[in-house]
Amino acid sequence: MKILTGNDLKSGAVVWWTGNDWSLHVDQAVDVGDQADFLAAREDAARRVNAPYAIDAARDADGIRPAHIKDRIRALGPTVRPDLTLKPADPTAGNWVI
Amino acid sequence: MYQYDHYDQAMVDARVEEFRDQCKRRIEGKLTEDQFKPLRLMNGLYLQLHAYMLRVAIPYGTLSGRQMSALGDIADKFDRKYGHFTTRQNIQYNWIKLEDAGDILAALAKVEMHAIQTSGNCIRNVSSDHFAGAAADEVVDPRPYAELLRQWSSFHPEFSYLPRKFKFAVIASETDRAAMRLHDIGINIVRNDAGDLGAAFYVGGGMGRTPMVAPLIRDFVPLDQLITYAESCLRVYNRYGRRDNKYKARIKILVHELGAAEYTRQVEAEFAHLLEQGIEPPIAELERIRTYFSSPAFDLDASDTIEQSDPDFLTWAERNTHPHKQPGYVSAVISLKPVGGIPGDATADQIRLMATLGETYSFDELRVTHTQNIVMPHVRKSDLYTLWQKLDAAGLATANFDQIGDIIACPGLDYCSLANARSIPVAQRISERFAANGKGDALGELKLKISGCINACGHHHAGHMGILGVDKKGVENYQLSIGGSEAEDTSLGKITGPGFSEEGIVDAVENAADVYLAQRQDGERFLDTYRRIGMKPFKEALYG
Repeated sequence: MKILTGNDLKSGAVVWWTGNDWSLHVDQAVDVGDQADFLAAREDAARRVNAPYAIDAARDADGIRPAHIKDRIRALGPTVRPDLTLKPADPTAGNWVI
Repeated sequence: MYQYDHYDQAMVDARVEEFRDQCKRRIEGKLTEDQFKPLRLMNGLYLQLHAYMLRVAIPYGTLSGRQMSALGDIADKFDRKYGHFTTRQNIQYNWIKLEDAGDILAALAKVEMHAIQTSGNCIRNVSSDHFAGAAADEVVDPRPYAELLRQWSSFHPEFSYLPRKFKFAVIASETDRAAMRLHDIGINIVRNDAGDLGAAFYVGGGMGRTPMVAPLIRDFVPLDQLITYAESCLRVYNRYGRRDNKYKARIKILVHELGAAEYTRQVEAEFAHLLEQGIEPPIAELERIRTYFSSPAFDLDASDTIEQSDPDFLTWAERNTHPHKQPGYVSAVISLKPVGGIPGDATADQIRLMATLGETYSFDELRVTHTQNIVMPHVRKSDLYTLWQKLDAAGLATANFDQIGDIIACPGLDYCSLANARSIPVAQRISERFAANGKGDALGELKLKISGCINACGHHHAGHMGILGVDKKGVENYQLSIGGSEAEDTSLGKITGPGFSEEGIVDAVENAADVYLAQRQDGERFLDTYRRIGMKPFKEALYG
């Protein structure tokens, strides 16, 4: 599947396209299929999110998993600071990245 | 230390308001990211993996307690209560909101700091010896010359759009503690046979994907021609440096392709021309700057002994202090490398504590090292035990300066949008391994440096052992190199062979360390043993 991501204009936070808005949670991303370029251009023009772009991902039992480690780290947060990730209560969350 | 005059403050204040307005216009949607990006980069604001990152310049790594305290306050108020000290003597904040950027720059301006020219193809923060003004072996304090270069290069219209970024380092001792020859221009202030001070210019060094050690192009430039010569070097580069290929745009490529002799010939021709133009700042300006770097009022009767009762303290004092030019004093190194910690990170509370300790015990001066530690340059030996106790209570007294636990690591893929692999977890595992197996103490000086991509912010080329993280079909892989040095015996490490997994690289570092422990001769450091026995024994241990 193709999902759309970027960084929020104001906070710089990693965000994912849900079909009608942006979310901090990759599991809420939708498959944008062949609409990736169109949506990226439209959302770029809306100037809420910096440089949106499409990435490859897959849906598995745990949710949506970006294909590349860089995007998995973007989705979670820094593996060396579990307290600063989106799952601060789960010290093993970083294992999902590897 | 240097204090802003009216012109400095007015320039920085004006820039704050200009950038505040640019941020506002971006948030209001009046600027596109393509329009805004070059503006934010000119003010040190990057967009990294998780948020905006602000890089703040710390000129030649020197800070007052008030400035250090302000950095802690910014971490507290605008970031997630920590900051990251970098390999160019700067500090970075990893979680900045765009709407806060103007307020942060205003807070910095209040303490005579800024983030100008910490990004972009311009002359970056001038770095220097972290023991400058204190070291027993220096010819002169190099910082007035670094400050003169800072003033000359700030907003220099001719050099604001160079082919690529440009980095100076200035030292003034035979011992190189600033990786001087791995900069675009490295300057060593020397004294000639007549007793006059001058500048030796090394041009065309650097790390990155094409590491090069800068050749000496002039062994003595009179100090009243320093800026003219620097300008000549930049002019030739600005004229002929490649702008068509960013990977070949650094001055090291130009010097290499022209040859040092031809590059020097062109610089000398430009120098002769510029001397006629009379561009050198008045010597009175250098003298004015120099007054800010006069020695503190040392106690001439300070005791030359330290407390002997505590073995942990003695170990720290032996490893983490450096000889001072003034009897009764030392420079103390605060390691930001606790076992298993993140190299270079300090909490807001730790930053403010170091500020207070610097005010109390080091004549209100602190330094940032390019090895991501903090220095208190002027500590009375009789205060050293008390200082250590206070550092120890705050988790800042790790006794590992220049040892294997004192690892340089770039932010890597945990934070950096350019990185291919994570650096910090590898540093943490190696630090833990050598703390647990007890070999760290036996190894002595062993400089380990880790970069998460070929840009080499972690200085891996210059590590006695260096690690480069690469992306191998989506999996992190780590190349080991051996034999680099950033010191006066500058050399570039050689890759041992095929890379290792994240776990494998920790074993590889230990195996290479074991070769040294087995084969070293009296007084040899790891680097010395490698240079004597060569790569073969290490390859055999690593690959069988």
